[in-house]
Amino acid sequence: MTAISDTTTRQASSPYGEAARQALWAALLSFGLFFFFIGLESTQDISNRLILQSHWVTLAIVVALVALGRFLFIAFVIPAVDRRRANRAPIAVVDEKDQSFIRRHRFKIMIALLVLYPIFILSTAGLQGSLKWVNNFGVQVLIYVMLAWGLNIVVGLAGLLDLGYVAFYAVGAYAYALLGTEFGLSFWILLPAAGIMAAFWGIILGFPVLRLRGDYLAIVTLAFGEIIRLVLINWREVTNGSAGISGIPKITFFGLFDFNISSPDYILKVLPESIVTLFALRPSGAYYTIFLYYLILALAMLTAFVTIRLRRLPVGRAWEALREDEIACRSLGINTTNTKLTAFAIGAMFGGFAGAFFAARQGFINPESFVFLQSAIILAIVVLGGMGSLSGIAIAALVMIGGMEILREMQFLKIVFGQSFTPELYRMLLFGIAMVVVMVWKPRGFVGSREPTAYLKEARAVSSTFTKEGHG
Amino acid sequence: MTGQTALLAVEKVETFYGNIRALNGVDVSVNKGEIVALIGANGAGKSTLMMTICGAPHARSGRIVFEGTDITTMPTHEIARLRIAQSPEGRRIFPRMSVRENLQMGASLDNMQYFDQDVEKVFTLFPRLKERIDQRGGTLSGGEQQMLSIGRALMARPKLLLLDEPSLGLAPLIVKQIFDAIRELNRTEGLTVFLVEQNAFGALKLAHRGYVMVNGAVTMSGSGRDLLANPEVRAAYLEGGRH
Repeated sequence: MTAISDTTTRQASSPYGEAARQALWAALLSFGLFFFFIGLESTQDISNRLILQSHWVTLAIVVALVALGRFLFIAFVIPAVDRRRANRAPIAVVDEKDQSFIRRHRFKIMIALLVLYPIFILSTAGLQGSLKWVNNFGVQVLIYVMLAWGLNIVVGLAGLLDLGYVAFYAVGAYAYALLGTEFGLSFWILLPAAGIMAAFWGIILGFPVLRLRGDYLAIVTLAFGEIIRLVLINWREVTNGSAGISGIPKITFFGLFDFNISSPDYILKVLPESIVTLFALRPSGAYYTIFLYYLILALAMLTAFVTIRLRRLPVGRAWEALREDEIACRSLGINTTNTKLTAFAIGAMFGGFAGAFFAARQGFINPESFVFLQSAIILAIVVLGGMGSLSGIAIAALVMIGGMEILREMQFLKIVFGQSFTPELYRMLLFGIAMVVVMVWKPRGFVGSREPTAYLKEARAVSSTFTKEGHG
Repeated sequence: MTGQTALLAVEKVETFYGNIRALNGVDVSVNKGEIVALIGANGAGKSTLMMTICGAPHARSGRIVFEGTDITTMPTHEIARLRIAQSPEGRRIFPRMSVRENLQMGASLDNMQYFDQDVEKVFTLFPRLKERIDQRGGTLSGGEQQMLSIGRALMARPKLLLLDEPSLGLAPLIVKQIFDAIRELNRTEGLTVFLVEQNAFGALKLAHRGYVMVNGAVTMSGSGRDLLANPEVRAAYLEGGRH
């Protein structure tokens, strides 16, 4: 054990011998620990007697993995970390000109990649194969990106901890679902309507909580989210209760054509014959999915654009100042009431847009989609990404939501853990581990730095060392 | 003093925190173009008077009149819009925003109309801030933060500047710089300043008039020089005596 604390001794002797010794200890320890947890299982046999079932192979695999992990850690990771620490040069100021092309244009490149994504998938996976990747992966991630960017306005910029954000998502979804099925109104009319309705509810929530901050605000918003859900469950005459609303109309392409094969305006019937034959287009659900992908991409970009612009306007700056110090804000003549309400309203509006889109995409909604866990996931994405940072939040959404979707694809894990193993059941475990790891390594989120909105010559990002942990 | 109409008149103001009376019928007036200092021991109610003028908390009885407008029950942000700018106790700058953004927040009343010329004025007053323009407020030293706090208040083009303990926790040299800056502003632009201080000597030397506050009430008032010479004031606030 002395070798751990004494770097020089460790480097003098070969790291491998020490690593092997430590690996052995780790194996023994894990064997002792997992013997009862994994090695033995008590089950009932046919005649209801309690019998012990042994899983020696699994136990051996786990113990071997622990030993191997310890060995690799001691033999390679620690020397590598030490070397890096020794070589660490004083932090140089990076000149904008010296940065590589990729770094300078990273946002443009990211957007270009997002635009090209469905085309890439189409060309590799084919028309039917693309469905899963564009819909489950692309659209799903982008919905959460949009939701997290919307919540970021409330939590990241204005610093108002909102645990009930999913309520606005629900308002938007039900607004489209009810008005769309009852009155047959088009998505393009109902999208702004859903946004306005969610914004209205944002203000309704905002009024009673104006004087609250931090923990107290969080509890009230949490309750608000639950109230909306319970109303949706119990107000059967309107919302059809837990059974939900089905047959929600699909989105048309601005009324020019639509994606119902039976409809006379179906995309392949409307498009000129030459195009259809040229590309050998066959009727498929993939067109709609790809259309949905671009639609949610556009909506998410709108959210980002509005957020970036608002940050430079007085109201956006007032949000950030409000997050820093409410009393100082007031003494500078800022009406904190209006500032908070606009933050709630605009944040809620984007939640409403996302909700309307969600309803249209699913075709069926019920209150189960709007549980507290959803709010928690969206908030976790905002916190993981770094409060206020759009790119960090996008990365966090990709890792969290995309990671969950990828887990469904991890069928090879069944070979290791047996046929009854369903990887997607462990997504919450993954979520938790990811949260812990990120919060230990980067307590201010993936992108903890804050770009000032006003600067003299060049924007120098504010180091994450100075941004607050966990709080908005 | 007499014959002039007071810019700010505080009349028989009582302020409570819950059931605890913090201000016990305070009368203070500040005339246009004056520097008025309010001195007193810890807990005398100096900062409470400052905050009551700003409407947080509101006075329970009495009247506060600014330029003929009764501001006793106005919300804080509306009081600020009458051009009463405050550099609050503890400075309360925005720590994660840059110096420039902090100053922009101060100028939000005028929608940045005069931002460039006002910012130059602040920088001539406090050249240190210019060096720190893109630095975050929270990374400034205490003195620089105080300069920023005053600078931010000045960006609002105030008719009355309220300063709450501008010398708190600062090195004597910095305190002198800040007091010099206040005197300069008053002399060149006729800025009216009402400041609350524990540093009685510095404050009374700077001020035209002064008030002494004890237990939520004004016990003495007079010109700065008279108060400095007053044996009671000397004993209580200047020579380390106890009140």
